[in-house]
Amino acid sequence: MSKKLFVSLFVLLLGGMLLVACAGQTLECTDSIGCVEVKAGDPVHIAYAMVISGPDATLGTDSRNGAEIAVFDKGGKVLGHDIKWDGEDDQCSAEGGQAAGTKLAADPTIVAVIGTSCSSALRVAMPLWSSAGFTVISASNTAVDLTLAGNENNHPGYLRTAHSDSVQGAAAAKFAWEKLGVKKAATIHDGSIYAEQLQQVFADTFTELGGEITAQEAVSPDQTDMSGVLTSIASGAPELIYHPIFVQAGVQLILQGRQTPGLENVYQMGADGMFSPDVMDGAGEAVEGVFVSSPDTSKFGPDYEANFLPAYMAKFGSEPISIFHAHAYDAMNMVLGCIEKVAQGDKEGGDMLIGRQALRDCMYATKDFTGLTGNLSCTPTGDCADPKIAVYEYNTGQFPPTKIWPED
Amino acid sequence: MLKRWRQTVTATDLVVWAIGLAIGVGVIYGSIQTIRAGQYTAEQWINLTIDGLKLGEIYALIALGYTLVYGIMRMINFAHSEIFMSGPFTAVFLAKYLNSIGFYNTYPIISLLLITLLSAAVSATLAILLERIAYRPLRFAPRLVPLITAIGASFFLQYTFRGMYGNDPETYPTFDFLKGVFQIGPIPVPKTDALVIVAAVVMMLVLYGIVQYTKIGKAMRSVSEDKETAALMGINVDRVIVFTFTLGGISAGVAGILYSLIFHQVNFYMGFIPGLKAFTAAVLGGIGNVVGAWLGGTLLGLLESLGPNLFLSGLGIPAANQLKDAIAFTILVFILIFRPQGLLGERISKEKV
Repeated sequence: MSKKLFVSLFVLLLGGMLLVACAGQTLECTDSIGCVEVKAGDPVHIAYAMVISGPDATLGTDSRNGAEIAVFDKGGKVLGHDIKWDGEDDQCSAEGGQAAGTKLAADPTIVAVIGTSCSSALRVAMPLWSSAGFTVISASNTAVDLTLAGNENNHPGYLRTAHSDSVQGAAAAKFAWEKLGVKKAATIHDGSIYAEQLQQVFADTFTELGGEITAQEAVSPDQTDMSGVLTSIASGAPELIYHPIFVQAGVQLILQGRQTPGLENVYQMGADGMFSPDVMDGAGEAVEGVFVSSPDTSKFGPDYEANFLPAYMAKFGSEPISIFHAHAYDAMNMVLGCIEKVAQGDKEGGDMLIGRQALRDCMYATKDFTGLTGNLSCTPTGDCADPKIAVYEYNTGQFPPTKIWPED
Repeated sequence: MLKRWRQTVTATDLVVWAIGLAIGVGVIYGSIQTIRAGQYTAEQWINLTIDGLKLGEIYALIALGYTLVYGIMRMINFAHSEIFMSGPFTAVFLAKYLNSIGFYNTYPIISLLLITLLSAAVSATLAILLERIAYRPLRFAPRLVPLITAIGASFFLQYTFRGMYGNDPETYPTFDFLKGVFQIGPIPVPKTDALVIVAAVVMMLVLYGIVQYTKIGKAMRSVSEDKETAALMGINVDRVIVFTFTLGGISAGVAGILYSLIFHQVNFYMGFIPGLKAFTAAVLGGIGNVVGAWLGGTLLGLLESLGPNLFLSGLGIPAANQLKDAIAFTILVFILIFRPQGLLGERISKEKV
């Protein structure tokens, strides 16, 4: 009996040693939150979560195109592995973020996520992705709280190449005060965190400059009848209405604002969410003279004109259809660059491991990364942008709109 | 007397009355506060009223479709919002084509008639097909069955149109002759609004006339009262039902064009919210009652437009206009509690239920 036991113990021991030996031959994951194992012949999986349907589809499609050019520039490969590039629609809403977040978080092959397009979607998706160990980098989330240290919406693993709205909202207020000489303004948001925070930054800065905010109203993102809210705003007689919302409700505000007694000649201003040919198409002649703040493409690096735009034209057959394509291009390049740095094992297409924490650390440590949108350096909470904001003016039937501020 | 009263009134009734009373007091208090604050000029109140009227008349026109079908078939045609969407979402392509060849603003009246005709034709055809394919086989099924079918048909149509015309919104070009305002005394009325209100009212009068004063209208009313007896008296019930759906479809198609004249943008889910509002309007006025649909629609439009600025902002609620849809649906809930038959509706007798 005891002999049998001894033999079986011996066999177990031998088996265990063999297993350990095997593990030693392959790679061992030492990363604190786990690794993605990429076997020889397997692709490196990078996913997007962007709005690619509905009224804001141009915003997400444009970013996706930008990131795709970065993949294309690399020949579709990183460290000898194909890059697998697919993803989900974030629908520019919390509901879409929940769906895309859950779906992507369940896929352990994903190394990094480029996205989301909209801050509302990220707010619900990020907790899921953060605990799944993903590195997430957004090209167009601009809500302030996402990178605010200690905020409940700031999660480990999150970075962005887009500017924070603390920059954009302040720039818009400065433009209104200095360039337009406006003394009274009203704001409208649509309940999304993007719009709500942006109009708050605008209102705070505008008041600091000495202006008066006559009303801070709200609409819902798919509202069509704006007469009530516009009449309510007209009663305060503002000289400018700041509505940093999205395309659908934005178009209705522009159209109906021009017809509301008392608001016919009031300045209207949106933000980067309304930088879209759909605004121009939807609002028709009413779009004349509407302002939008947005990243300043004229301050982008020389590569933008020389290489990126021709590549975009060649691949997608049009000029960029929104404003965050270059940010997405930079985001993708940062991710690929860091994967190259932190991957362990065979770096010529064989088995390799990508440490999830190591990848995050590498991304947060980014310093003076020369991208299209400027020299990017990341803060410990994930703000990587080199923000340059300009104000553009729409003219009937013309896209992109004309840059009018700052004058340099 | 008091004893009988005590027996019929339950605790639930008391709670419901208390809530109703609280809301009533809130509305009156809020209104007084707003009026005392004097934030709005008289002209702005008139503007809000006109906005409410134009929306209200459109709701009423759509509500007619719900009410006519309910009157005849005792079913809620939840796919009516998609019938409303199909017309203008199809006609927008004609409008864009006419605009691209320069016809649109050279012959605006003809163009407007053409797109309205197309929209009404598409909506009516869809309504007839819907009746033939989805509802007729279920005419003798339990009441819940056609209701579920209607909801299914609604989704089916919505996504069929999404498949046909795409996700993106399409935009109606603006008619030059509708720009600007009519000056009626001291009151500026936007030309578009005036046209919408007048056209909707005329359309409703015509429909009312058909139901009240024509032979087929008489047949509709008799089928509504008792299908079997009407059939025994030699009325072709199938024909009457098809005619009802056609009327509903035409009014939805016209309402769709009027809606598009105001808001310009159309898309595949544009019917959802107006459909729900019109349903609310139909219930508010008393479903099955044509005049009730008009009354319900007008009241709902006015409440939605005036409500947030009148009593919500007076209560110190920030960004009150965000809550205008909430007002509409709160009304629906309270009607269902206090007066399920609606303002002009007769109490539905047991046989009909």
